Amino acid sequence: MSLLERRLIRDTSFDFTAKLLRVSWLYTLLLCILAGVGYAALYSAAGGSPEPYAAKQTLRFAFGLGMMVAIAMIDIRFIARLAWPAYAVGVALLVLVLRMGHVGKGAQRWIELGGMQWQPSELMKLCLILALAAWFHKASWERMGNLLFLVPPALAVLVPVGLILKQPNLGTALITAMLGGTLFLGAGLRWWKLALLVAAIVVAVPVAYHHLHDYQRARIDTFLNPESDPLGAGYNIIQSKIALGSGGVWGKGFLQGTQAHLNFLPEKQTDFIFTVWAEEFGLVGSLALMGLLGVIVLGGMAIALRCRNQFGRLVALGISMNFFLYVFVNIAMVMGAIPVGGVPLPLVSHGGSAMITVMLGFGVLMSVHVHRDVEFGNSQDEL
Amino acid sequence: MPKREGRDRFIFTRRALLIAGAQVAALGGLAARLYQVQVIEGERYATLAETNRISARLIAPPRGRLLDRAGVVVAGNRLNWRALLVAEQTDNVGATLDNFSRIVPLADHERARIERDIRRHRRFIPVTLREFLTWEDMARIEVNAPDLPGILVDVGTTRVYPFGPTLAHVVGYVAPPNERDVADDPTLALPGIRVGRSGMEKVDEALLRGRAGAVQLEVNAVGRVIRELDRQEGTPGQDVTLTIDATLQSQVLGHLGEESASAVVMDVRNGEVLAMSTNPSFDPSLFNSGVSQAQWVEWTSNRRAPLINKAVAGLYAPGSTFKMVVALSGLEAKSISPTETVFCPGYLDFGDRRFHCWKRGGHGHLDMRGGLKNSCDVYFYEVARRTGMDRIAAMAKRFGLGVKLDIELPGTRTGFVPTREWRIAQGHPWNIGDTIVSGIGQGYLQLTPLSLATMAARIASGRAVQPHLTRSIGAATQPGAKPEEWPSMGLPERSLQVVRDGMWAVVNDPHGTAPLAKLALPGVQMAGKTGSVQVRNVSREQRDRGYKSENLPWEFRPHALFVAYAPYDAPRYALSLVVEHGNAGAEAAAPIARAIMTDVLTRDPAARLRVADAGKPKS
Repeated sequence: MSLLERRLIRDTSFDFTAKLLRVSWLYTLLLCILAGVGYAALYSAAGGSPEPYAAKQTLRFAFGLGMMVAIAMIDIRFIARLAWPAYAVGVALLVLVLRMGHVGKGAQRWIELGGMQWQPSELMKLCLILALAAWFHKASWERMGNLLFLVPPALAVLVPVGLILKQPNLGTALITAMLGGTLFLGAGLRWWKLALLVAAIVVAVPVAYHHLHDYQRARIDTFLNPESDPLGAGYNIIQSKIALGSGGVWGKGFLQGTQAHLNFLPEKQTDFIFTVWAEEFGLVGSLALMGLLGVIVLGGMAIALRCRNQFGRLVALGISMNFFLYVFVNIAMVMGAIPVGGVPLPLVSHGGSAMITVMLGFGVLMSVHVHRDVEFGNSQDEL
Repeated sequence: MPKREGRDRFIFTRRALLIAGAQVAALGGLAARLYQVQVIEGERYATLAETNRISARLIAPPRGRLLDRAGVVVAGNRLNWRALLVAEQTDNVGATLDNFSRIVPLADHERARIERDIRRHRRFIPVTLREFLTWEDMARIEVNAPDLPGILVDVGTTRVYPFGPTLAHVVGYVAPPNERDVADDPTLALPGIRVGRSGMEKVDEALLRGRAGAVQLEVNAVGRVIRELDRQEGTPGQDVTLTIDATLQSQVLGHLGEESASAVVMDVRNGEVLAMSTNPSFDPSLFNSGVSQAQWVEWTSNRRAPLINKAVAGLYAPGSTFKMVVALSGLEAKSISPTETVFCPGYLDFGDRRFHCWKRGGHGHLDMRGGLKNSCDVYFYEVARRTGMDRIAAMAKRFGLGVKLDIELPGTRTGFVPTREWRIAQGHPWNIGDTIVSGIGQGYLQLTPLSLATMAARIASGRAVQPHLTRSIGAATQPGAKPEEWPSMGLPERSLQVVRDGMWAVVNDPHGTAPLAKLALPGVQMAGKTGSVQVRNVSREQRDRGYKSENLPWEFRPHALFVAYAPYDAPRYALSLVVEHGNAGAEAAAPIARAIMTDVLTRDPAARLRVADAGKPKS
């Protein structure tokens, strides 16, 4: 351990410049490239114009980037202390949205704030990551074997999942649950317990299907057989697949996507932005974009691995996993591999609140990276 | 502590790597799926994308025009702004129509017609909602476009008839196609397409219609056309030039005045029909958008039959206009010579019947020229009696009477010249009396004005010209324009000249029967023949009481006929004229014939020159 590092570990509030230097600028560059891809795709989605999507999106990204760096400066131990209060706020917002949220597409999931529509469930995911990480920060391998120790975090997962299900928003609920599971796993949950849980879910699925909303069932039914209703719900998937497939290997060329420009693609600037890109840049372009997204996911995992405290590790794992789930669900959705749900492609899809939430996550991730070497013991007493 | 920390970190690292592996595997799965969609199935999806974006539509070919002999349009096309509905582009046809009605009110029957059209056609075929939109209507439709999904404003053409009723019977009219038409040619399903239903519009339908073109359009998801990708022009319908002189036609119709009458003017050298007028007439454009019930009833119940082209479908006994044929058949059969005289005491007794001459006191001794000039009935009774019906009928056929003529028009009637054979086949004997009345064009004879004009033309030219209306199709002149293309009648010029001389005398001799027909043009003379045919028998008793046909109700008065040609010495134009219930041919028909022939000759530059020359004082 070098002298400098030793000093940093001891120093709980090392100076601003040193912190800035520890920010992963390479990772930031990757995010900027991704936002650049988003700019191009939105420019095309608007028919070859920065208005109304691309220009605004760039402003939001610039704002998000500043916010990310600012959050990266906040001491990770302070963030850990805020974990449970944040969790409480998140749950409160979920309750609030159920009481007074806007009903969109048959569900209450939005809150109007600052001219944007916020989904508290998105914020909730971040809060849950922090809360679980804080809880497991102090968990030893032995304690992870103790079932009673696992009850509070399990409840911490189930409460928001239940609230999101009640909106109802099946997709986000599932993603939230998977996110919780990932943190349990990272913290050292025994494999057999996980296996048991998975088995229980498999048994519960038919029962749950019975209690789903009609629109959710319709969505699943359409997914299973999209051609059955080409102008109804399945229309989106069919048109999206036509756009993807007609792109071929090299694509139709920038601004040449007929499916997107002739409005056959639904919601092309939000959920189906990947399709706009894939139609115009083909397999080569879409693999490149997926590669970039994969590198960003794995970069987050690398931050987790390099972190020297459990809280940071788990937070980084959770945030990378959250990003990965966004990417995976969105791309699988536009390819018709899983049922359609309103999951955007982070940093590429047009949308203000999603951008801010994602950049908030990256801010915390960067804070983990900046504070990867701080002294942040695992014992309960130190917290 | 560090040891525990190390072990926990190791567990985390192992699991994190496992999770990362799972993430990479999941993204790899997506990549594989992407490969399948974009590469393996790429072709199929590329085709689907093209199908999405490209919409092929038929484009209606412009209908060929009908022109008169001078190239004046008598049936043309005019731009027509119309609102169309593409049923597949709206979720709710009823609601769209409701919204449309608020802008451009639709009557109940229009709405019923639209809904029927929508049911009948495939859903991507535009259905006409309303034609002949004003600028104001168009602007309101465009402004309200968001409330009118599937509705588009389109410019098409509509048929116009600049001469309207004047040429209605010759040009005919177009009407929307019916289901059978559409089954034969899908082009007809296009909005605004019309099919010829009458006259030359019907006869030349195949030439005028043309072939539909196709256009490939790039459309967006709601079906709005973004741009045109490819266009295959159809073949426009061909223009057909008629032999009709539209200006002359108007003049002729003008001369018919209020009479229920028809007149045909022909070029004696080649059979070209210059005018074919029927009075009363109708407005052919009314058929374009559908004739109302009331209008239809009015037309069909009118005893003057405005919808019937009397020139080709009206049948009349020819009366005295038939006498030239009788004379020629007598000469051909050598049953009489031009100079041989027949004595007319005012009647001819045959068997127990007495056949009267129109002149009570009789004409005395008459040769053939005199017989024609005075239109002496007894002379022709005698010629007919001597010649026999079969020979007269054969001669009539050579002059185009009672046979099918080559005129293009639909709905023409052949007319009828009786023969002994026909009468016997009917189970009756042929009486000589039947031959005798046929000698003055009465009895069973039934002829059309067109065939009488043909007869006059053949007498004048000595050639078996056929009446026709088509001068050229596109740029191709049709055969028959040159006189030498027509075969000779095969009659001795001497015989024809006797008849022509008789016809000259009818008009120009001070004692002829039709002095009212004498042309006022210096240097040009007309030859002609009158005819009056009773539409019911007049008894001896009535004649003795001083019967006057003009005192009868209109429908019982005799028809007045006139056939003529001019100039006498260099025949160029033949005409026939029938004034229904016009009374005597000499009084009702002759002045009209004179007026018509004056116009005909005045329009002919050669004849005008002659008139001018003759008018100059001789030096």
